Amino acid sequence: MTQAKVTYRPSHEVDFVIIGSGAAGGVLAKELSTNGFRVVVLEQGPYLTEADFTHDEIEVFNNHKLTNNPKRQPVTFRKTESEKAVLQPSVMYGRCVGGSSVHFTANYWRFHEIDFIERSKVGDIPGTGFTDWPISYADLEPYYTKVEWEIGVSGLAGASPFDPPRSKPYPMPPLPVKGSGVLFERGARKLGYHPFPAPMAILSQPRPGRSACVNCGFCLGFGCEVGAKSSSLATVIRVAERTGRCEVRPNCYVHQIATDTNGRVTGAMYFDAHRNTHLQKAKAVVVCANGAETPRLLLLSANKAFPNGLANSSGLVGKYLMPNSSAIAHGVFDEPLNDYKGPAVSRVFHDFYELDATKLGFYGGGGLDARFDFTPLAFAMNGLPPDTPRWGKEFKKALKQNFTRTMEIFCHATSLPVASNNFSLDPDVKDAWGLPALRMTFKDHPNDMKMVAWMADRAMEVLDAAGAKTKWRPPITEQQFAVHLLGTCRMGNDPKTSVINPDHRTHDVPNLFLCDGSSLVTSGRGQPTMTIQALAYRAADRITALAKRGDLAGPAVHAT
Amino acid sequence: METFQSARRDFLWRIGSAAGAAWITAQWPGILAAAQHAHAAAKANPAPVFEVLTPDHAKEIEALSSAIIPSDELPGAREAGVVYFIDRALKTFAADAQPVYEQGLAHLRKMTSEMFPGVERFSAATLQQQEKLLAKLDEESQSGGRPGRRLGGASNMSFAETLRFHTLAGFLVDPEAGGNRDYVGWNVIGRDPAHSFSPPFGFYDKDYPGWQPASPETETK
Repeated sequence: MTQAKVTYRPSHEVDFVIIGSGAAGGVLAKELSTNGFRVVVLEQGPYLTEADFTHDEIEVFNNHKLTNNPKRQPVTFRKTESEKAVLQPSVMYGRCVGGSSVHFTANYWRFHEIDFIERSKVGDIPGTGFTDWPISYADLEPYYTKVEWEIGVSGLAGASPFDPPRSKPYPMPPLPVKGSGVLFERGARKLGYHPFPAPMAILSQPRPGRSACVNCGFCLGFGCEVGAKSSSLATVIRVAERTGRCEVRPNCYVHQIATDTNGRVTGAMYFDAHRNTHLQKAKAVVVCANGAETPRLLLLSANKAFPNGLANSSGLVGKYLMPNSSAIAHGVFDEPLNDYKGPAVSRVFHDFYELDATKLGFYGGGGLDARFDFTPLAFAMNGLPPDTPRWGKEFKKALKQNFTRTMEIFCHATSLPVASNNFSLDPDVKDAWGLPALRMTFKDHPNDMKMVAWMADRAMEVLDAAGAKTKWRPPITEQQFAVHLLGTCRMGNDPKTSVINPDHRTHDVPNLFLCDGSSLVTSGRGQPTMTIQALAYRAADRITALAKRGDLAGPAVHAT
Repeated sequence: METFQSARRDFLWRIGSAAGAAWITAQWPGILAAAQHAHAAAKANPAPVFEVLTPDHAKEIEALSSAIIPSDELPGAREAGVVYFIDRALKTFAADAQPVYEQGLAHLRKMTSEMFPGVERFSAATLQQQEKLLAKLDEESQSGGRPGRRLGGASNMSFAETLRFHTLAGFLVDPEAGGNRDYVGWNVIGRDPAHSFSPPFGFYDKDYPGWQPASPETETK
């Protein structure tokens, strides 16, 4: 039965306050509330629904309808820690109920076994904090399956010979193939690779209350008007609210996690839409604010007992940022693909998932997908061959000829964890609420640059084998913009070298838990959201078990 | 506007058939409201009056955008109502670009009379002269910022880049956003204005037999 939506007063101590309603926060809200706990979810952004979504690029991109607005929440950037950071919109994340899962591409690859044990297998890489996970693929497998069935992931089990073992097939068949997928398959097979239907968190069949994908084409970057994209908004958030125990409170910007004299957290302080400050009391706090805002919030929560930031005795809060390296190749074909129709991606191959480090001279790997992810405007800005005139008759002719005939191959790959790549608080710049701005320090590890350039060359060969009449790839440049916000409060068994334990509990504060991209130990191969959600389902089980045995507050602790 | 309405109707109809009755019942009022809003927005724009631009500036911007996307056997920026889109942009999402336009137009005027003595303004220049002026503007802008792949937008975009971005936007954004009048931009590039599609989508997926495992003879690795 559907319950009436519940609301709690901030002074009412609930069991859990969850900060952030995205891929991880949504899952934890659903699991903890269905397990009988009282939950408040605090979300920075607005509560939009299908009726609010639009194909209006100005609203979505220029006015930041679904994402953080760098004018109100400025971000600064520098390459190395010795430089002074400058204002630069270098981070993008979803800022609405559902978080980045509202606007994401929805590529839903599982991590493979290697991602959890790669350090042991390839050895140390100097200058990095490369290490194994404290959990294995086998620990996560049941939760990957749970994600696929609960939120709705389309795909074909067994289609890729490189896939890790799975306990169940996908709950629904793959989405329709696109022209880019057919050509990619043609080219890749000629070269001996193994393309397969892309696993996507988009419905190929309707589910109660949700339409199957109608192939409108405004997918990546946009909210789905028909509920086909399996965002937290369209799935777990609604289940959580129907329990009658979970309140999702939008427009609440958390700026501090409150602590008591025993070193326990007591709730979350936030600005409401009118900038009034409240403290939502809770027995425990779960931060799912993404790999940029989670460390920022811990650093903002520094106090006398925690002078370096909350849960930061290791000094690793914000460190080891891994945004995933990537490259792209474009091809133009003779006949129309009309690839603007449908979701971005329909075919993938994982033949390069685990490259031979000794043979190639660099560690890592990745996956290639066939896609078209341009809106008409984005295509005109960035989709034409580099030698095309920028205005006039010839420019217009190229637009007319190429828009329907272009496809891309996107190479998704690893990033190494380097401590000097991180998020911190900018000492000078403040946001519109007067809080220190997020500062990003980042310089790609040379290994990642080499590896991704190698993959881009392979992508060019695939386009060639597919019969592209024109093809090009932009040069590989150092990244200064991150959307995959990974590794910044990493999981581990040792409190000296990690921020959270395998239960997602912070080593320093027993009733403070973190779960989102920040928990990742390695970066996978460029598609992190599936793993973030599997971790969230697993975290919910662990936290529930702790709470049920009355162990949320933990033993007495000393603040460092 | 008829195209717009029928595209929306087609969208609603297809959702109905794809989703089944339960979904459509739950979402109908919301979808309808969105469609009505979008329709009203499309109908209200372009207004035949300028709210920010002076008639003089409007004339220059129309000539500039028309040089970027000319009208030939197919419609261009002029027919898509780009100058009206820019006027609205300067009142709304790009209000902070007003000084960029003012300074840019003044600079262009100076440049025009310097390069082509006797020609007072861009709109009065010949096509060949316009080409040369645009080339010069573009060359100057190379040192300035350019928008990123995801339209993240550099804050320090030059006049030439800003003008080009706004012209392309006015030609190609969904009419919900106030550009691309009567979908003329999408017609030029071959983007069907429908809101939903069924496969096959194009030439190469037409005869696709369905995914099959690779046959042994294609296995080379």
